[in-house]
Amino acid sequence: MSDKVLMKGNEAIAEAAIQAGCRYFFGYPITPQNEIPEYMSKRMPKVGGVYLQAESEVAAINMVYGAAGAGARVMTSSSSPGISLKQEGISYIVGSDLPCVIVNIVRGGPGLGGIQPAQSDYFQAVKGGAHGDYHLVVLAPSSVQEAVDLMTDAFDIADMYRVPVMLLGDGMLGQMMEPVEFKEQKGRDLPSKEAWATTGTKGKRRKNVVNSLYIDPKELEDLNIKRFERYKQIEANELRYEMINCDDADIVLVAYGTTARVANSAMRSARSEGLKVGLIRPITLWPFPVEAFQKAVQTTKAFLAVEMSMGQMVEDVRMAINGAKPVHFYGRTGGMVPTPSAIIEELKKILGGER
Amino acid sequence: MAKVIFNEDRCKGCELCTTVCPKKIVVMATDRINIKGFHPAQVIEQDKCIGCAFCATICPDVVIEVEK
Amino acid sequence: MKKVFQRPEVLSDVVMHYCPGCTHGIIHRLVAEAIDELNIQDRLVGVASVGCSVFSYNYFECDMQQAAHGRAPAVATGIKRVHPNNIVFTYQGDGDLAAIGTAEMVHAAARGENITIIFVNNAIYGMTGGQMAPTTLLGQVTQTSPYGRNAETQGYPIKVCEMLATIEGTAYVERVSVDNVKNIMATKKAIKKAFQTQIDGKGFSLVEVLSTCPTNWGLSPVESLGWLRENMMPYYPLGIYKEK
Repeated sequence: MSDKVLMKGNEAIAEAAIQAGCRYFFGYPITPQNEIPEYMSKRMPKVGGVYLQAESEVAAINMVYGAAGAGARVMTSSSSPGISLKQEGISYIVGSDLPCVIVNIVRGGPGLGGIQPAQSDYFQAVKGGAHGDYHLVVLAPSSVQEAVDLMTDAFDIADMYRVPVMLLGDGMLGQMMEPVEFKEQKGRDLPSKEAWATTGTKGKRRKNVVNSLYIDPKELEDLNIKRFERYKQIEANELRYEMINCDDADIVLVAYGTTARVANSAMRSARSEGLKVGLIRPITLWPFPVEAFQKAVQTTKAFLAVEMSMGQMVEDVRMAINGAKPVHFYGRTGGMVPTPSAIIEELKKILGGER
Repeated sequence: MAKVIFNEDRCKGCELCTTVCPKKIVVMATDRINIKGFHPAQVIEQDKCIGCAFCATICPDVVIEVEK
Repeated sequence: MKKVFQRPEVLSDVVMHYCPGCTHGIIHRLVAEAIDELNIQDRLVGVASVGCSVFSYNYFECDMQQAAHGRAPAVATGIKRVHPNNIVFTYQGDGDLAAIGTAEMVHAAARGENITIIFVNNAIYGMTGGQMAPTTLLGQVTQTSPYGRNAETQGYPIKVCEMLATIEGTAYVERVSVDNVKNIMATKKAIKKAFQTQIDGKGFSLVEVLSTCPTNWGLSPVESLGWLRENMMPYYPLGIYKEK
C-alpha cells in the first residue's frame, strides 16, 4: 500500500501496527477508539495474527503482558477510562522490562466523561498513572499520517529499550479521515528476545522467567536504576519535536497532537496580522523536548501553552523554562476543542500586555 | 527389602509422614534437630520398610527418596 | 535396588518457602510428576499468581511468568495465543482465582482457552496472614471474619468447580484433595488428565485441589488434614464436574 488511501485515524493506526509486524492485539470496546479493535478483528486473521476481545481492559493488558513476555510484538488500545483500568498491568510490564505498544485515544473526563476529543490524560501518560518509578515513552501524533509513521517507531523503541510505549491520540485524531500513505519503514536492528522470552526451553537453554517481584530491596533498586539508565538513552536518542517560526517570535505557542494544528492555524493568521508568533510542537511528550524551550526562551518574550485540558503539559513547559519568561495557558476541557480565533484573542491579550 | 532415605536438613518437622506409614516405622527424631532447627523425621527399623512410599507421597518437601 | 520415589526433574532442587506441613509442597510435586511423565517440560510455560505460591516461578524448571494478582488466566491466554503448541498452566490460590481473578477465570473458561489451571483451595488468604477468602467456610474464623464467617454480611463460599461446570468452554473440571495418600494419588491422576486435555486441544481444564494452611488455620499440619476432611469436604465434594 504505497499509494495514498483515505482512512480513518483509528483504522490507519491499526493498519500501521500490522505493517510494523504486530501480530497480537488484545482489546476491549470503548468509544472513541472502537475502530481499532474492529479493524484488527478483520485484519489479524488475514495476516496470521491474533485478535482477542478480552473481558475487560484489565484482562486485555495482562494478555499483552503474557504475549510480550512470550516474545511477541503486541499491542492494545483503549480510551481514557480503559487506560486507567490498565495502569496496574502497565506497571507490571515496566517492572518485567517487557516491550509493547498501548494506544490511548483520549476522550473528555474525568469519570465516564464524554466521547469528544481531549488531552486531559497527559499527566497520567507522562507522569505515570501507575505505581513505582517509571516513564512511558509517549508519542503524540497530530495527523493520521504522523500517527501511521510513529507506529513503527513505537514498536521499535519498545523492542530496543524493552519498555512499553504509548501512542497518545484523541477522539478527533481517531475519528477523522485523512489521506495517508504506508511508506516502507526502514527497520532498526533490534536486540534478540531469546535471552528472556518464555517460548519454552525446548531443552536447549535454562529457563526464562518474566517477573517483577523482588523481595530483596537492593535487587529491586538496582533494577530500577538500570531501567533509568535506559531512560537516559531514550532521552538522548528518541526525542522528537517541531519548532516553527520561533527565531523571531515575540510569543511562542506550545501545543501537541491535534491541538497543535489549531495552534498552527492561529499562528499563521496572527502572522498575517503582523503578530510574530511561533510554535513548539512536542511529538514525544516523554522524553519532553526541554532543549526546544531552552533555545526559544533566549529570543521570545512569552509562551502560551494550548491544550484540550485544564492545563497539564503547561507545567512541563514551566519547568523547562524555569521562570525565565512568563508561560501562559489557554485550554478547553471536557471534549471542547479550542478555536484558532480564541487562541488569537489570547495572543493579543498577552502581547497587548493585558495579562 | 526396601530403603528410605531422608534428606534430614530439608525436613520441616511437620510429621505428616509419621501418620501414613503402614508399618509404623516413621517417627520424629527427638534426640536431634536439623539445620533448620526442626526435629527431622526418620525410619527406625529400616528392615521393616516395604517401599510403599506413602511417607514420601505425603511429604510436602521431597525429603524422602525410596529405593526398592 | 532401584529408586522408586525421587524428586521429579521439573521440580527445582531448592528448599520451598512454604510453612511446615503446608500441602502446597505436595501439589507442586504432583504437578511436576505429571509434567515429567507427560514429557512436556521443553514446551511448557507456567504462570505464577500472587499468594503463597507466588514464588512457584522458582520451583518449576520451565519458562515461567509471574502474573498480577488474579490475572494469571489472562497472562496464560496471551502466552498460549502466541505459542499455541506450548503447554501453558497457571498455579493459583483461592484469593487469586476466585476473588480478584473471577472474571479472568470465568472468561478463560468461556473462551475454552486451551490452558490448564491448578487451583489450590485452602479457604484462606495465606501469604497476607490469614484473611477471609471467597472459599472461607461459613462460621470459619479468620483475621477478617473474627466472629466466624457470617452469611448475612459476608456471603457464601464460592464453589468454583460447580460454577465452571456450567460453562460450555470447559473441557475438564475436577475437584480433588491432598488430605491422604489415596487422595494425593487421585490428585496426581487428575492433574495429569488436565494436562492431557490441553495436549489433546480439547479446551479449558481446571483442577481444584483442597489444601491446608496450618499456620493460618491455627492447627498442626496433621490436625489440618483432619479439619479439611471434616469441614471442607462436605461443602466442597470431590469429583469430576465436567469432562468432554
